[in-house]
Amino acid sequence: MTELAHTSLAQLARLLENGQISAVELAKTFLKRIDQHRELNAFLDVRPELTLQQAQDADKRRARGERGPLLGMPVGHKDIFVTRGWSCTAGSKMLAGYMSPFDATVVERLAASGMVCLGKLNCDEFAMGSSNENSAFGNVLNPWDRAAVPGGSSGGSAAAVAARLAPVATGTDTGGSIREPAAFSGVTGVKPTYGRPSRWGMVAFASSLDTAGLLAVSAQDCALVFNSMLGFDARDSTSVQRPEEDFTRALNQDLRGVRIGVPAQFFTKGLQKDVESAVRAALEQYRQLGVKLVDIDLPNAPLGIPVYYVVAPAEASSNLSRFDGVRYGHRARQFDDLIDMIKKSRAQGFGAEPKRRILVGTYVLSHGYYDAYYLKASKVRRLIAEDFQRAFEKCDIIAGPVTSSVAFNFGEKAADPVSMYLADLFTVPASLAGVPGLSMPCGFGDKGRPVGLQLMANHFDEARLLGVAHRYQLATDWHRRVPAGF
Amino acid sequence: MSLTLTDVHRIAHLARIEITDAQAKETAAQLNDIFAMIEQIGRVDTNGVEPMTHPLGGVQRLREDVVEPAPDRSELLRNAPAQQDGLFLVPRVIE
Repeated sequence: MTELAHTSLAQLARLLENGQISAVELAKTFLKRIDQHRELNAFLDVRPELTLQQAQDADKRRARGERGPLLGMPVGHKDIFVTRGWSCTAGSKMLAGYMSPFDATVVERLAASGMVCLGKLNCDEFAMGSSNENSAFGNVLNPWDRAAVPGGSSGGSAAAVAARLAPVATGTDTGGSIREPAAFSGVTGVKPTYGRPSRWGMVAFASSLDTAGLLAVSAQDCALVFNSMLGFDARDSTSVQRPEEDFTRALNQDLRGVRIGVPAQFFTKGLQKDVESAVRAALEQYRQLGVKLVDIDLPNAPLGIPVYYVVAPAEASSNLSRFDGVRYGHRARQFDDLIDMIKKSRAQGFGAEPKRRILVGTYVLSHGYYDAYYLKASKVRRLIAEDFQRAFEKCDIIAGPVTSSVAFNFGEKAADPVSMYLADLFTVPASLAGVPGLSMPCGFGDKGRPVGLQLMANHFDEARLLGVAHRYQLATDWHRRVPAGF
Repeated sequence: MSLTLTDVHRIAHLARIEITDAQAKETAAQLNDIFAMIEQIGRVDTNGVEPMTHPLGGVQRLREDVVEPAPDRSELLRNAPAQQDGLFLVPRVIE
């Protein structure tokens, strides 16, 4: 049983295709592990009868002659994607028990390709957080070290893949919410280009940034799933219309001639030595694999955090205004009138971090402050995005650390929002520019905690990004390490 | 810039979130920390820079004005805290 759970998604796909295992066996394997490791608190809603029903359907489809690498493959969904059959809470008391009347497009597309849902994965409330401490249903534990945060907001997805409770999990990345937990939990996490995955059915946080992606063991596994997951959706107003493509097509491309840009701004004095040495070693490995390393500049990248903490809260304050205790969500028991009902429902339903961001967003959009904050931030955002375009004239891929330190301890930053926000210093720039980004394991740092290497590519260059990551993963085995006890 | 308790109460009212005086005090301190961090963008020269509201500069896509199937009404109402006769119930707003 352990052996199957430790098999890569690409290899599991072959076993399913050859009839060596059934979807039902595979689902049972992972359901059992999920049950055995409930202490991680990675899953918020598990319904074995629904999972097994989907697995039986996949087996029937295969018996009828249907083929496909994902037919019968288990997947966990971040509890930000609405799902029929499983509740969707977005990690918030506001949505406790919410049952969606439809599936998110990402969920629907993966189900159409035959993937079997294992359940819903814990996350920071409304995807707001970097440590998972903002989940209303308790934080997820990091399988590598239970004193360490798993990262956030897709912490449940990262921990589930690290502990091999799922071969792949969906996540969402608004400012780093896939890449940061992937780094802290020692798995591979990929955020595609903004607009490639549909936002339909993703509980909205910041609509100009929200991007669905994946966490898995390897870049190759992500590429296989992206083939079914990404694509145009008329129901998402910012969905990108482009021809279908094969995201595995560059996996076998040689690295000779590839230029990797190393931005000076990602190697400043705040970067911890343990992380720096693992990242530098990975860059050296790339050089030995034939890559040309070039020095580049992203001069405005350090402004990413202040810009993000204007833009994202502004959009969040607007998106979260839908929670009024009328159509869905928490409603206060006692109130005086309609306005009082809405105010009390929101005060009781939202946790501290969403409240903080709603207040920041309301303020920066309010009369007299719009120009100084929201408009100004939108201009600086363009400067950050233009830095990327200039850099991609000199290189194909940008590489650097994902985070400035390995996973911190629970409680370490919880009382100081600004220090928590700075955890996303290196991930926010790619989010603001809308370019794809990836984190993959490249070693271990302080206390034996995982270190992530970040790779970024230009818009729509995911295939190359995944290929460059895959070549590293062929030459190293950091991504195949499994935490003790799993 | 420094937000006062009055400011925080005003913003919370605009955001329709009930807040006690004690919470407003704690919130004011946190918001002031956050805005102290944000202030640095004020020093950036953005003369002639177009604001960026969308990563791909996309134009609004329009669809044909045709009727499309909508989810079942009873399913949509299932999550409502209070409903009656196929409608969402709210406290009386017109006397």
